[in-house]
Amino acid sequence: MMLACLILIPLAAGVLAWAAARWSVTAARWIALLAMLADFTLALSLWISHYHAGFATWYAETDWAWIPQLGIRFHLAVDGLSLLLLMLTFFLGTISVLVSWREITEAAGFFHLNLLWILAGIAGVFLAVNLFLFYFAWELMLVPMYFLIAVWGHENRTYAAVKFFIFTQLSGLLMLVAILALFFLHHHATGVYSFEYQDLLGTAMSPGTEMWIMLGFFVAFAVKLPVVVLHTWLPDAHTEAPTAGSVILAGLLLKTGAYGMLRFVLPLFPHAASVFAPIAMALGVAGILYGALLAFGQTDLKRLVAYTSVSHLGFVLLGIFAWNSLALQGAVMTMICHGISTGALFVLVGALHERIHTREMDHMGGIWSTAPRLSGAALFFALASLGLPGLGDFVGEFLVLLGAYQKSIVLTSLAAIGILFATFYALRLVQRAFQGPNTRDWHIPDLVPREGLVIGLMIAALLWLGLYPRPILDTFQQAAARLEQLAPGK
Amino acid sequence: MLDLLWLVPAIPFASAFVLAVFGPRMRSKAVAVLGAGAIAVPAVLMLLIAAAFVSAPPAGGAYTQVLWTWIGVGSFRPAIAFYLDALSLVMVVVVTFVSFLIHVYSTEFMRGDEGYSRFFAYMNLFVASMVTLLLADNLLLLYLGWEGVGLCSYLLIGFWYQDPVNGLAGRKAFIVTRVGDTAMAVGLFLLFHSLGTLRIQDLLHTASDQWQIGSPYAVAAAALLLGGAVGKSAQLPLQTWLPDAMAGPTPTSALIHAATMVTAGVYLIARTHGLYELAPQVQLAVAVTGAATLLMAGCSALTQNDIKRVLAYSTISQIGYMFFALGVGAWGAAIFHFMTHAFFKALLFLAAGVVIEALHHEHNIFRMGGLRKELPAAFWTFLIGGCALAGLPLITAGYYSKDLILWSAANSTAGTAGLWVAGIAGVVLTSLYTFRLIFVVFFGQPATPVSHRPGPAMMIPAFVLAFLSITAGFATTPFAAFMAKALPELHEGGMGMSEVINSTVAGLAFLAGLLVAWYAYLSNPALGRAAATSRVGRVLHRFWFSDWGMDWFYDRLFVWPVVWSAKANKADIVDSIYTGLTRLAALCHRYFSLTETGRLRWYAAWIAGGSAFAVAIAMFL
Repeated sequence: MMLACLILIPLAAGVLAWAAARWSVTAARWIALLAMLADFTLALSLWISHYHAGFATWYAETDWAWIPQLGIRFHLAVDGLSLLLLMLTFFLGTISVLVSWREITEAAGFFHLNLLWILAGIAGVFLAVNLFLFYFAWELMLVPMYFLIAVWGHENRTYAAVKFFIFTQLSGLLMLVAILALFFLHHHATGVYSFEYQDLLGTAMSPGTEMWIMLGFFVAFAVKLPVVVLHTWLPDAHTEAPTAGSVILAGLLLKTGAYGMLRFVLPLFPHAASVFAPIAMALGVAGILYGALLAFGQTDLKRLVAYTSVSHLGFVLLGIFAWNSLALQGAVMTMICHGISTGALFVLVGALHERIHTREMDHMGGIWSTAPRLSGAALFFALASLGLPGLGDFVGEFLVLLGAYQKSIVLTSLAAIGILFATFYALRLVQRAFQGPNTRDWHIPDLVPREGLVIGLMIAALLWLGLYPRPILDTFQQAAARLEQLAPGK
Repeated sequence: MLDLLWLVPAIPFASAFVLAVFGPRMRSKAVAVLGAGAIAVPAVLMLLIAAAFVSAPPAGGAYTQVLWTWIGVGSFRPAIAFYLDALSLVMVVVVTFVSFLIHVYSTEFMRGDEGYSRFFAYMNLFVASMVTLLLADNLLLLYLGWEGVGLCSYLLIGFWYQDPVNGLAGRKAFIVTRVGDTAMAVGLFLLFHSLGTLRIQDLLHTASDQWQIGSPYAVAAAALLLGGAVGKSAQLPLQTWLPDAMAGPTPTSALIHAATMVTAGVYLIARTHGLYELAPQVQLAVAVTGAATLLMAGCSALTQNDIKRVLAYSTISQIGYMFFALGVGAWGAAIFHFMTHAFFKALLFLAAGVVIEALHHEHNIFRMGGLRKELPAAFWTFLIGGCALAGLPLITAGYYSKDLILWSAANSTAGTAGLWVAGIAGVVLTSLYTFRLIFVVFFGQPATPVSHRPGPAMMIPAFVLAFLSITAGFATTPFAAFMAKALPELHEGGMGMSEVINSTVAGLAFLAGLLVAWYAYLSNPALGRAAATSRVGRVLHRFWFSDWGMDWFYDRLFVWPVVWSAKANKADIVDSIYTGLTRLAALCHRYFSLTETGRLRWYAAWIAGGSAFAVAIAMFL
């Protein structure tokens, strides 16, 4: 029941906020904020109460029949992995409500409806252990995200929203086909119709079939992650979305792709995945380098930050398919820390855009002298992004590389060069936007207390993750060990 | 006493945080007290710890303090833990003490600067990171400190951020050193993969158990760590960032880019000396790198006009001597030279800072001159520092440490005659460029009027360092005995040159440099000018002035291609696949819509034709 609440609270609060906005926009904002805080508290209490027992198996399940004849159930469960991502979801959810407080003035009620429904969809993705329900949640996060970009986005929002929709929808359909194929194969083998994750694990199939179905899932998740070549929706969507949309896209939506690989691609198709692993790792490294180079070439500040995600999520892909405890732990660490550090960069870019109404770095420079706190914070998160030890991102990327080294020395060395490339774009961002002469004579207010609170929380989180990441690692530890067990040849 | 060790990095970390967050609202007096105080306390604490360590040495000659397990995945469990032995003790004592003096100096030097609190926040963060680097018990924590000092170096070089030139110099420093760090990171992966640990002491034990001398793993690991070391310590081929780093405030140059951070590579190699003993080829590479760097940088120093750039090249050259010493297995001598260099080079920079401030931020030595009488305190301290740098025999500390290195090169099984000769040639060069600097700046005719005289906060640290630049040399024997507790002693062999011959030749080399400088720059300045303007002189001058053309080369080989390709691909070539698809769809739309004419006859014909086509397919296939 508790797990169902995690989804139902934002769904209900979304409708409530929409209704409430008719008489008070502030009320709508508070409803959204309280809903997110309530969810965050729930997830946190789940984590703390189970921390000492460890996260060996599924727990706190909610299992309601939906269409039992077809094995479709409203079945939710968490393990260490989903719990970590749920906490990240509601942490960033809270932050997206806070950063929209002043930015969104038009149709604020409908905005909060969309925002909360996306978050409910994301929570559903992380919770569902029935593939039909998973697909349902997968689609649930897509539509409101489309509206978020298309209605509250910047100049080129329609193009970006449609591009986002087509990419994710087409790849989602591939996954639907793959899910159905798996469903029928399972029926063929056992005579039982079931979409249950536990039932479908270990479904017997020929290597060729396994590869095709695996690829169906992989492509859907690869678009979301994004894997290079399928990544071009990302810079447009991230750049055009309002700040809250960018935070959710980078911080959470991309993570659903990585989550899908960890939850479905590896466990459901271990043989095909291990055959495919070298290619996936190479794609990860290509993403790391290519994304960093693209980020380095941008002049639009928000686009620069958007491309850094391609680079960082390359580490996640590399870690997932390196497929040992070190690399898997690193991938999850990177997912969480990237969510916070890149999310924070989007918050800061949004705050700057609100003040100077441009994202073009050629028009910036010297912001440090007029807004030192904003600039100092940007420096901090740029450093996190370039993998400075002591901050969370470093732990994740180092673990990924340490694990990947055991699989491929060449790919790991190339990926390590990616960390060097990160220095290029991160320092360029700081230089072009915040340092140098203030040629345009900008005089802007520094961070207001609300923004300061958001940024302060994110700084504290990254320092904590960088210096004492063990609670996170311990939480995922058993799930990682189980995944490692699945690797063929183990 | 030893259990207070954690406070040595913790105090400056804490004060850096306080200064960063609350500094802008604090009064500058308070900033100065907090900024310098946060270094004074660890410096005193470290002296007490050193006293306790020497009077009652811990079991095994080392003390380990584990704070907490940092990361825990399977058998990978690096801790936030500190390791204190004779080596790290000496390094931390010198670093905290010199840092304290330079912080005191900075309270006056930086007074009135807009970023006063920011400056001290960065400087404190630097000291904290440097101490972490030195005390780290495992390579991952060392890497944290390593990157931390690199960050502070970047922040302080670009401290006056409104001038893009400073920002560029800062980025160059960060990126070039990170090239080395990337190699070092791969070295860490290799070491963990093969040895299963990153704890330095365990690692050295396991390595000597598992690997033969000359084993490819040992060679690869040692070479990769050397990559990190040459980056941080500005040795060939990654030395190009250090001269530009002089864009930072002078106290920063003194502390980070002369006395402490740039010697981190020396420390890393000394700390992991066991690996280098397993990889004699790489150890030889260390010696050759050092010898080549000390000569090349010495030549470049001869041609510079900017007082700080001369000192920067001399730093590169002197660290070359330290690498040289490490390479011939004179581990203790390298650390001894680190210590004396920290004193006299910090002193030179502090004195140079006095001169620069006195002359309205004039950096060009040919617009100085005759300052001997106007700034006597700066002159005498600079002279002492210069003599120590050049190695004035018997009196100065620099002489003793360099003499020991040269003697080791001649008397080590790893040394060769060629290396020894290179070292002696380096002494001539050092003496020559040092006295060129002294004669041009402090003798001759005054060129720029003195506008500002230093106060006690700037001069007292210089006096203390001047005192140490002379007296530290007398501690050669006890220092060597103390170092022997942590580092192996020299394997004697080689040429078997006597100390007297070595010292005499070194002394003559010093004298030769001094005399040439005196003749060409003081007694007969036209000669020096003529040498520089002759045809060969001009070519050499330009070549050496531009650091042997290495920046030119790197720009074309790495910088421009990366920048160009990033700019050219700003719109992302991959996206053209998808925009191509949409164009294709639009094109199809245009042509198919042409068929929508509204004429019934055409529609009927299309239907008939289509049906016939479908029937034909069904029949023939």
